[in-house]
Amino acid sequence: MRVAGTAIKFGVNVDTDVILPGKYLVLIDPVELAKHAMEGLDPEFPKKAQKGVIVVGGKNFGCGSSREQAPLALQYSGVRCVLAESFARIFFRNAINIGLPVIECKDISTVTDEGDSIEVDFETGEIQNISKGKKFHGTGLPPFIVKILTDGGLIENLRKRLKKK
Amino acid sequence: MNLTEKILAHASGKNSVRPGEIVDANVDMLMVHDLTGPLAVEAFKQIGVEKIWDNQKAVIVLDHQVPAESVKAAELHKMMRSFAKEQKIRLYDVGKGGICHQVMPEKGHVLPGAVIVGADSHTCTYGAFGAFATGIGSTEAAAVFATGKIWLKVPEAIKIDVSGQFRKYTTPKDLILHVIGTMGVGGAIYKSIEFTGPTIRAMSMAGRMTLCNMTVEMGAKNGIVEPDQTTYKFLEGRTSKDLGQRLYLKSDAEASYEKTIEIDVTDLSPQIACPSSVDNVKPASELGHVRLDQAFIGSCTNSRIEDLRLAADILKGRKVKEGVRTLVIPASKETYTQALKEGLIEIFTDADALVCGSTCGPCLGGHIGLLAQGETCVSTSNRNFIGRMGSTEANVYLASPATVAASAITGRITDPQELEAQER
Repeated sequence: MRVAGTAIKFGVNVDTDVILPGKYLVLIDPVELAKHAMEGLDPEFPKKAQKGVIVVGGKNFGCGSSREQAPLALQYSGVRCVLAESFARIFFRNAINIGLPVIECKDISTVTDEGDSIEVDFETGEIQNISKGKKFHGTGLPPFIVKILTDGGLIENLRKRLKKK
Repeated sequence: MNLTEKILAHASGKNSVRPGEIVDANVDMLMVHDLTGPLAVEAFKQIGVEKIWDNQKAVIVLDHQVPAESVKAAELHKMMRSFAKEQKIRLYDVGKGGICHQVMPEKGHVLPGAVIVGADSHTCTYGAFGAFATGIGSTEAAAVFATGKIWLKVPEAIKIDVSGQFRKYTTPKDLILHVIGTMGVGGAIYKSIEFTGPTIRAMSMAGRMTLCNMTVEMGAKNGIVEPDQTTYKFLEGRTSKDLGQRLYLKSDAEASYEKTIEIDVTDLSPQIACPSSVDNVKPASELGHVRLDQAFIGSCTNSRIEDLRLAADILKGRKVKEGVRTLVIPASKETYTQALKEGLIEIFTDADALVCGSTCGPCLGGHIGLLAQGETCVSTSNRNFIGRMGSTEANVYLASPATVAASAITGRITDPQELEAQER
């Protein structure tokens, strides 16, 4: 399974308060949430993300609060995948559970430049930087997680599993 | 096996588990609150299951935006009340509970050996009681509502072995800030942190909760303390469940840890996490002149009765500095009532601090006590990220209740030991 987009870069320890400030947590419509994605670091982000982007971060991406509104805001603003050197565990699970692919890849933020055209296979973890003509290997996701992503998230995945029973 | 591994093995019906192994664990308790619950309810309704798996094993606490500060928040609360009624789930409403991570143990929903998941990152607080407790998101909570199960990767463990006696006005908060400062905000990603040693054995439940609460600030999956007599005393009268077999759950002597960190707190001084990262930690005495606009004593990290007593000890007979608005928010109704009985509330109001009803409030910048551009706050809470408490151009410093109280008096960040020395 592959996703593609233009890279937008952020630094290390990007926390969920900058991804989606607490004051917006009373919003539950993802379209409304998306208008405030990354507001703590770049208020222009939702505009930039519209065309379909891949967020590239450093270590500990998504640290802090358990708010699922953070990956939801990213997803609805146009983010197709998040690549980072490591993720905070709740953000990692939340992203997968809403169907947003997240791949860990060592040094990805140093080898990627803002605006690079990227293609990611989240099953194998292979990352292709088309602009630079280079390939990188991230950590592929185990089959049961790939299934959650291809089903479009945990809820649809669970519906299917419960039906089978 | 260590204690976390033992709990996960038991919860997944296995004799033993190893770090890295993925287990399907039975959940003993699920908690959601007013900001994570609504998305969980919406997701649950899409699954197509009518009843939740076990309504005795789920709890809803309204604590983040209470009392409702906007129509939007009121709508979310209404939605949660309606779901609780329909599913017959215990809900702690405005005036009945308080901050979820205080209410859960107070009301007997946290027991040693249990697997507890909560749609809040600070769910790891319950590890103080010898439970395996970790934060999850809303969709995952919906799946737990439906199935009572969750997949978990067995974490590698780090042991933090603590010895020595704290100096006056140095607290478990200073210890955990020191640990985070040393390990870094990504220093324990995916890992379990077990606190052991004589200092932990001598520590109150409040202190143990402060330690476990902030393990997530290093990226940890859970923090845990072996339960003992102190745990038992706290839980006595709070649960009707038999605690006999749950107490004295211990890690095996030969349990393996990725590493062990030994800390002697004898010479530890009050610590501060400076903006805008929880690992930007320095001793309070080395900070120089940091002028304050606000001081906040509250949150799931430090607003228990022990914290309020400590702050009151410093604020008694004094006034907060002109220009430093000081907010005190007790953790729960029980804490508030106890503080009232002990005369602490009067000490705070006499000092010109404002005492508010139990809520997460300013900690996450949701409502009350927000900061304007260029303002500075010293807070007993757990996060100082950009924009956490309001404006993205405000500064938040994290400290213990003693340091926040001393700082409110002087109007600048102050080591409480320095304040005491000055006035002697």
